[in-house]
Amino acid sequence: MAAPRNLQLDTLSLHAGQRPDPVTGARATPIYFTTSFVFRDSDHAAALFNMERAGHVYSRISNPTNAVLEERIAALEGGVGAIATASGQAALHLAIATIAGAGSHIVASRALYGGSHNLLSYTLTRFGIETTFVNPRDLDAWRKAIRPNTKLLFGETLGNPGLDVLDIASVAAIAHDAKLPLLVDSTFTTPYLLKPFDHGADLLFHSATKFLGGHGVAIGGVLVDGGTFDWEASGKFPELTEPYGGFHGMDFQEESTVAAFLLRARREGLRDFGACMSPATAFQLLQGVETLGLRMQRHVENTRKIVEFLGKQTAVESIGYPELPSHPDYALATKLLPHGCGAVFSFNLKGDRAAGRRFIEALNIFSHLANVGDAKSLVIHPASTTHFRMSDEALAQASIGPGTIRLSIGLEDPADLMEDLARGLSAAQKG
Amino acid sequence: MKLNVANREAYAYTGGKNFDPKLPTIAFIHGGEQDHSAWGLQSRYLAHHGYGVLAVDLPGHGRSDGPALTQVEDMADWIVALLDTASVKSAALVGHSMGSLAALDCAARYPNRVNRLALLGTAFPMRVSTELLDATEKNEPAAHDMVNIWSHAAYAHYPSAPGPGFWVPGTNLRVMQRQKPGVMHTDFVACNNYKTGLERAAQIRCPTLLLLGSRDSMTPARAAQDLAKTISGATVITINGSGHNLMAEKPDDVLDTLVAFLRTENKR
Repeated sequence: MAAPRNLQLDTLSLHAGQRPDPVTGARATPIYFTTSFVFRDSDHAAALFNMERAGHVYSRISNPTNAVLEERIAALEGGVGAIATASGQAALHLAIATIAGAGSHIVASRALYGGSHNLLSYTLTRFGIETTFVNPRDLDAWRKAIRPNTKLLFGETLGNPGLDVLDIASVAAIAHDAKLPLLVDSTFTTPYLLKPFDHGADLLFHSATKFLGGHGVAIGGVLVDGGTFDWEASGKFPELTEPYGGFHGMDFQEESTVAAFLLRARREGLRDFGACMSPATAFQLLQGVETLGLRMQRHVENTRKIVEFLGKQTAVESIGYPELPSHPDYALATKLLPHGCGAVFSFNLKGDRAAGRRFIEALNIFSHLANVGDAKSLVIHPASTTHFRMSDEALAQASIGPGTIRLSIGLEDPADLMEDLARGLSAAQKG
Repeated sequence: MKLNVANREAYAYTGGKNFDPKLPTIAFIHGGEQDHSAWGLQSRYLAHHGYGVLAVDLPGHGRSDGPALTQVEDMADWIVALLDTASVKSAALVGHSMGSLAALDCAARYPNRVNRLALLGTAFPMRVSTELLDATEKNEPAAHDMVNIWSHAAYAHYPSAPGPGFWVPGTNLRVMQRQKPGVMHTDFVACNNYKTGLERAAQIRCPTLLLLGSRDSMTPARAAQDLAKTISGATVITINGSGHNLMAEKPDDVLDTLVAFLRTENKR
């Protein structure tokens, strides 16, 4: 018998988790717009409630459309399963809330999306969960920040805003030495560019709003369990290895050797916090996932052309993209991200905040808004928008200059994008 | 539940309820490079429906101390030792793949200890290709890939296992990866070397079910025909569209079939 092959990303993107509807023959994934699901009889009902049988009860906990998205993303990432959530932020919260509580501690990269930083720095502290932020490139800092009550290490595959490339294998090794899991935010890379579980991460999540959807029409998140972390051997997670009063005294690790985390996340976090995804959103995101490989390839091709173009412009002071030898993580990116470093990057204009504003306002194709990962090219000037309250000194501490521009490169014809950027650069220099 | 079997610590999942040997007992025996969680969507239901459940981790697998047993006959002896420790006089044995051979051998040689026999994803002889056997010894990741791909007939499972949102091939792969190095080779050699299957099949006196997958590439349904013909009065049920990992690919079909089988009258 010939050695079998695993299906590849482009095939899984279209098929994993879904087959033609057995009742209607529908080839596309139907949207199951229903809050709840009929039980066959009272025994079936009791069995579903007690996890004796698998199935759907109520769409806050699970839904057939959502399950297709969850299983598809899990397949693409090489995980054991996933949970679709109301947003990427909800996915991050669900990950943390499943294994941490009052008195817990997290070690996180300081190069995070602002929303994640807010959650860790301000909101979770109100609930007794503390976070120590470290320079993601400083492996000693990760190690030294771990405390006896630490539950999780967390970073982004490509950090914000400087695209710090997370050395997943090294940080995972530090986490595992301390019997802790590593959670990564994989939003910027998607499984097309990087599969964090292959490098040692244990849990990951996406803001599916971005590249997974790609169309910019739906907010959603996905939390994926790699199934690799041994909660029992760690001994630090009674939430997963001891009977849970909130679900029939279930010991999740006993129920499943590799799925304990997701079982609890769904049976507790999704049930109680309720940040579930609408099946309509799951359907919309699935439309994007079907073309993930094609889109990411084009995103990266276009980004490389734009980076090269900007590098030749006298109005551009510097570009922060890890494929450039000038980026501090160039060597690591070459190893970890051979298919590209994504389609979001920042560059610095020569000039002040006003130059940044003139640049933005002269653009015709790039959309000025607070999002990334759309099929359409996007732009934002942090100093006049997301960070406008900060002084130049404070901006500098966040690695943002008065002329820093963040671009999210879309799928348009690259020549049109270059023409648009040239128009902006010209306007910026006329101040 | 932890037990001391043959002077080593052994683990059996009891379906989320305390094990009661006074109830009719079902012992679930997993396949090669697996553990008790293979039976999640069958064992938990039966434990909550009047049965005492022992979904074991065979020696060297999951939470049970090693080493892994090298012969199917040793596994059969170990099952009886487990029943002794658990104060169980007689049990229904439900085995999958390698576990089905252990259950068969046990039922034949210990007829007073086994009152029913369910063989899932079974075959005799259970030959392992040279390529796969070599990989289990020299390249476990490649062997895991082969077995994982051959064990699944579909890339979408309703309602999935252990529940919606789980990617069945991914879960199965991680369970295999969680087993200790070397266990897979030991298991697959044991399957390959088991020679007395038909002799044991002829000795079976208890009600027997063969539950097969129509699209099983590991143990194709046709490879169970000799067993089916040899076991007196055996019932053969083939689950349409299932691969080798029947318990996860078609959890309700497997459970419903087992429930019906366990309820049939034992006239012997």
